[in-house]
Amino acid sequence: MSNHSINLIYLLSATLFMLGIKYLSSPHTAKRGNLLSMIGMAAAIGITLTSPGLHGFTLIIIGIIIGTVIGGYAALKVKMTSMPEMVALFNGCGGAASALVAMAEFRGPNTGFDSFTLITLLLSMIIGGLTFTGSLMAYAKLQGLISTRPITYPGQQFINGAIVLVTLVLASLLFQNPGNTLVFFGILALSLLLGVLAVIPIGGADMPVIICLLNSYSGLAVSMTGFALSNNALIITGSLVGASGIILTKIMCDAMNRSLANVLFSAFGKVDESAATTGESPTGSMKGFEVEDVATILTNAGTLIIVPGYGMAAAQAQHATRELADYLNEQGVEVRYAIHPVAGRMPGHMNVLLAEADVPYEQLFALEDINDDFASTDVVLVIGANDVVNPAAKTNPNSPIYGMPVLDVEKARTVIVLKRSMNVGFAGIENDLFYMDNTMMLFGDARSSLQKLVAALKQ
Amino acid sequence: MDTGTIIIGLTIFVLACFAGAELISKVPPTLHTPLMSGSNAISGIAIVGALLATGHSETFSSMTLIGFFAVIFASINVVGGYMVTRRMLQMFKK
Repeated sequence: MSNHSINLIYLLSATLFMLGIKYLSSPHTAKRGNLLSMIGMAAAIGITLTSPGLHGFTLIIIGIIIGTVIGGYAALKVKMTSMPEMVALFNGCGGAASALVAMAEFRGPNTGFDSFTLITLLLSMIIGGLTFTGSLMAYAKLQGLISTRPITYPGQQFINGAIVLVTLVLASLLFQNPGNTLVFFGILALSLLLGVLAVIPIGGADMPVIICLLNSYSGLAVSMTGFALSNNALIITGSLVGASGIILTKIMCDAMNRSLANVLFSAFGKVDESAATTGESPTGSMKGFEVEDVATILTNAGTLIIVPGYGMAAAQAQHATRELADYLNEQGVEVRYAIHPVAGRMPGHMNVLLAEADVPYEQLFALEDINDDFASTDVVLVIGANDVVNPAAKTNPNSPIYGMPVLDVEKARTVIVLKRSMNVGFAGIENDLFYMDNTMMLFGDARSSLQKLVAALKQ
Repeated sequence: MDTGTIIIGLTIFVLACFAGAELISKVPPTLHTPLMSGSNAISGIAIVGALLATGHSETFSSMTLIGFFAVIFASINVVGGYMVTRRMLQMFKK
């Protein structure tokens, strides 16, 4: 097919990708959106295969089959709790693909690149390369293959800065002589190294931000490839992905009241002895209650808001939570869920985990939509959440989480907190909520506590 | 590449960034994970470049080999990305 027809089909693909995202504005139409996006991708691949003078179909088909088997298997097997790791891995593959396409262009028969093509190819290779290794590191941290604590050493930022500088110098050398293989591989190696070194000083709790940012990078790399190949489909698609990643990065940073620079460079979550001793210790005492006491409170409630945290998912308590909610709902209690943006391990992760447990999405409310309702709520049930319900974020300027938007659960008449032990949360911060007069602590494994609660209620 | 082509490309890039930002800001927090995996899948459009690199000539060269690996990585990205997105979206019920 002629180049013009091919470009028209690419435009159609890009349009379908945009429609796909547009339909994601509601869970009702989202599946249709994904389908449209798939059709767009199939059209782009199909039409590319009809390009004049394309060879090596056997090799291409083999490559597609291998990729399809690996990607498809991983997608079917992955647990919803491991979705952040999976997305990081897929994203890393996207980065690798962009970097490899740029490398292939460098190794190809055309060597007389003009400066614009050369710059975009280099950027595609560098960004794609660091996205690949950075995503692998994010995967390793989330999966617990390497320490989730920030890994720091003296002069870390100086070394990273030096690597960026050397990369730029090498890039200018390649500029003068695009055929210089040594310089070419030097740039590749440094970009791969940079991905590793940039992610290791970032703590596990900040990985959601990193995944979003790397998602944005992979989009940028695709756009750069698009510039180099003069392919508008790649430019448009890459900028969509880039925009999506940046917006989600900002949402996550805002939800923690931290700047992106702070996330990237502050090694948040590093074991810091001084932080634990600053600020006053809470007054009052934690009041542990029995399942029967909690059941009585729930029986008399008219409205209930459930606040799930990652501890709920870690205890595999989603289904038990939904059973309790369903039972109370049948008894006429109005049940809603309040989802903090950083409740899961990536944006929207908690919503997916609850959807998997068959919680209807209409019961899920975002922080800004439900925060004013706590004051008029009878009972709040906090399951495995800690920092996102810590009133210190509003009251204690010395607290490391001061200024972070939190759920105002303490305003409810009674707050029931399901917690494994008396230990502090990830940030290592005491939570005043647990000591308040209207708070009831129910210690133990969240799943078995919830199951006992349901049993007690049904009696 | 002539300057006209570069400017058209940059124009498309800037406009698409704004269009993307508009579309994405309308996606509710509930669907942020599928948004990430779905946008991840479309970034596998790099497969177009990978196909062209792999099939650029009849003779096998280092470009063919690198292109082949790019096809594999991009296919993992595309297929895996769409399939997990589909799996997640099927769970969202009224």
